[in-house]
Amino acid sequence: MAARSTRSPRVRRRPVNPGPTPEEARRRLSRMSQLRFNRGQVLASALTVLLGVALVAQVRSADEAGLGQLRQSELVALLDDASTRVDALQREVVELEGDREQLQGQQGDAAAAEAARQRLESYEILAGTVPVEGPGIVVFVNDPGGVVTQTMLLDGIQELRDAGAEAIQIGTTRVIASSFVGTDPDGRVSLDGNALTQPLRILAVGEPHTLSGAMAIPGGFTDSLRGAGATVEVTEQDTLLIDAVRTVGEPRYAQPVPAAEEP
Amino acid sequence: MIPVLGLVVGIVLGLVLSPEVPVWIAPYLPIAVIAALDAVFGAVRASLEGIFNDRVFVISFLSNVVVAALIVFLGNQLGVGAQLSTGVVVVLGLRIFSNVAVIRRHLLGA
Repeated sequence: MAARSTRSPRVRRRPVNPGPTPEEARRRLSRMSQLRFNRGQVLASALTVLLGVALVAQVRSADEAGLGQLRQSELVALLDDASTRVDALQREVVELEGDREQLQGQQGDAAAAEAARQRLESYEILAGTVPVEGPGIVVFVNDPGGVVTQTMLLDGIQELRDAGAEAIQIGTTRVIASSFVGTDPDGRVSLDGNALTQPLRILAVGEPHTLSGAMAIPGGFTDSLRGAGATVEVTEQDTLLIDAVRTVGEPRYAQPVPAAEEP
Repeated sequence: MIPVLGLVVGIVLGLVLSPEVPVWIAPYLPIAVIAALDAVFGAVRASLEGIFNDRVFVISFLSNVVVAALIVFLGNQLGVGAQLSTGVVVVLGLRIFSNVAVIRRHLLGA
């Protein structure tokens, strides 16, 4: 400022006299470093002392930078921010508490898990992915002449199922929903592509009396096989083990239809 | 030389005493400090050009501080305190920069 007010006449002459050379400036700087006491210098020094104190005080208070430094509008904005945030957090708290109560309130949780486990078990048995044991019958078929036909075997399986067989094993093959009876290139009866070897052993888990009764139906499985020249022997057992299992592949084409939303 | 010593003494005093900024002065102090710094740099420049004048320095220093405080006060009254403060800081900053540039040219010739 000092420069400005006294320099203004010089500024206009500047093109003629472009300020001091560096040598002059440095000479003046060194001359300035001499101590010269006069009223003006002391007064100026008093001002610079004040400036120093104010500078430090301001830096200190800016460091603290408390809310006290802020203007009213800034404080209002801060408060607004904070209360919006509080609202959002409180909403979240309510939501989460609701979730927690819902989760805790499910008394039938264990029962649901138990039901799911049982359902899984029955699906596993149906799909033939696990070995099963239980009461049932064993049917030995001795057919050295190869007289048993696809139809006869299909009838047998059908009769066993009709009688409530829960798991069936023929030879070493578990009979499942997708099982099919066919013939191999030599003309022998096969199950799911596996040729059946003689003597044929059929295991079925279910109510033994019902199953053996189903086998003994006149004109049924036993009858027709005996009539064709094979020997059939049915024994009821209190426990028998069906140990043939299947692996379930992922269906390639069939997709479940999404259940309609319950209203 | 004495003013430079005074500045140093002031900084030391401030560090030692660590004075509390009174609440009523708090909004004006930052701008006032920058205005005073502007006056100081102007004085250094004037010294190098051999036209330094104690009286002018004191008056410009005080008037700078007072005007800066006045502008902030006015801005606060008008409700544009923040913007006006920013404007004053920008202007003073520009002046400080240009003064420092002149000082540099005087001392280093570049």
